[in-house]
Amino acid sequence: MDSNLRREIIVDNYQNPTNKKAIDDKDFVTASTISDSCIDNITLFVKFKDNIIKDIYFDGEACAITTSATSIMIKKLIGKTIDEAEELMNNYYNMIDEKEYSEEELGELNAYNEIYKQPNRKKCAIFPFETLKKAIEKYKMNN
Amino acid sequence: MNREDFPMLRNDLIYFDNGATTLKPQCVINEITNYYENYSANAHRGDYDISRKVDELYEETRDDVKDFINASRREEIIFTKGTTESMNMIIFGFMKNYLQKDDEVLITKTEHASNVLPWYTLEKEIGIKVKFIPLEDYEVTIDNVKKSINDKTKVISLAWVTNTIGDIRPIKEITKVAHDNNILMVVDGAQSVPHFKTDVLDNDIDFLAFSAHKMLGPTGVGVLYGKKDYLEQMLPLNYGGGMNSFFESDKSLEYKPLPYRLEAGTMNISGILAFRKALSYLKEIGMDKITNYEHELKDYLIKRLREIDNIEVYNENTKSGIVLFNIKNVFSEDTSQYLNHYHVCVRAGNHCAKMVKDELIIKNTCRISLYFYNTKEEIDKFIKIMKGNKDIFKVII
Repeated sequence: MDSNLRREIIVDNYQNPTNKKAIDDKDFVTASTISDSCIDNITLFVKFKDNIIKDIYFDGEACAITTSATSIMIKKLIGKTIDEAEELMNNYYNMIDEKEYSEEELGELNAYNEIYKQPNRKKCAIFPFETLKKAIEKYKMNN
Repeated sequence: MNREDFPMLRNDLIYFDNGATTLKPQCVINEITNYYENYSANAHRGDYDISRKVDELYEETRDDVKDFINASRREEIIFTKGTTESMNMIIFGFMKNYLQKDDEVLITKTEHASNVLPWYTLEKEIGIKVKFIPLEDYEVTIDNVKKSINDKTKVISLAWVTNTIGDIRPIKEITKVAHDNNILMVVDGAQSVPHFKTDVLDNDIDFLAFSAHKMLGPTGVGVLYGKKDYLEQMLPLNYGGGMNSFFESDKSLEYKPLPYRLEAGTMNISGILAFRKALSYLKEIGMDKITNYEHELKDYLIKRLREIDNIEVYNENTKSGIVLFNIKNVFSEDTSQYLNHYHVCVRAGNHCAKMVKDELIIKNTCRISLYFYNTKEEIDKFIKIMKGNKDIFKVII
């Protein structure tokens, strides 16, 4: 990806993130992650119905990479089944870990395709996905 | 000053994270190798020459520590792994037996985790109450200390200098108030002992904890100071070799006298001997000279930061070499990544004092913590980089 386009996607999603709002609604499953280095923290509010992700919001304080990745993840995953979401996550993790992956499916998430060059930012790029995994686990346990 | 003595400074690096750990001068690094190359034997085993030499050097280090903080007795100096271990020994080895249910301990919300979590744990274990002295403009005032004390207060436990705000507490006055009320004074000296002269006698403090690695020494070495009467009552947290005089199959035993009773197992000998070099290095420069120079640097840094419109500084008036700042509307970690690009090391986050957010409004900040080898030229370079912060996302993404 062209570096200007990459920057544009990340900065745009950082400065105008999708669905950044705390939700107080029992229909939403909440999951939080606080980073080991005591910096980033985000909470996801996820609404599931019949194994489909109907809606996601998030709240918290985090760096440009974490915040933008959360915003893009939300756009990509609303409307997907849990299986589809897990498949997309696997694909994304493969990209982050420099393994084989399908570029086509990832769309804007391709903006993080060179994050391996900054090893200390890898954790930021997977931060929202690690949090979503917790929310999916919670949903599966109760359904 | 003295930059030529620090091998790390030969790298293209501006190191502004001295609150986390300091760089080491060549003499400290050499002493570690010297031990392993020339007299690599265990201490307190002295049946042969090199072992006796290690014993001598080890105990001379204890004397040097005693003099460095002006303690009255050598057995009041216990070597540990660092401030955290020293604090845990004070709290679980002494306070756990000294305190009773409903006794109160006063701390603040700007303490480091190692002066919070052991107390929280003791609260759960034996039912003491941990209370917070209210802060005024982030600082501890004598008035607020007096107002926080009641009949149940038995301990005040404070950092001399906080690692977050960098405020210096009036420890001598607080200790006076504490002792007038039969309260013990515990001091976390991790951020103070490296930066100004420490006098445990003059301040009359009961316990002091600090780390070697924040004052030019190696990692994994720390000090616990305690008044002899209290250390005599302290139970070891570790039992084993080096701390007993004898033990028999009928279970009879005797522990060694202080300080050995509290130093079970083989200690970090190379680290402790190298710490001695750090102490004499600091002594040679002079602690007062270090303090004054750090003040000068901090004032200069604050003055220059004011030149930049979109920088917020949160602790302009504190007296230590710690400066907290953010670029407006930029997350602290993004700022530290931006500075990292130019090989400037600063810390981002809440600096292991997670309750600071209750006091400071803003949760995450960048922290510069200065030491005597930092220079105005480094600050000038840093300011030049910060003036280019409009391009931060071009640099970090």
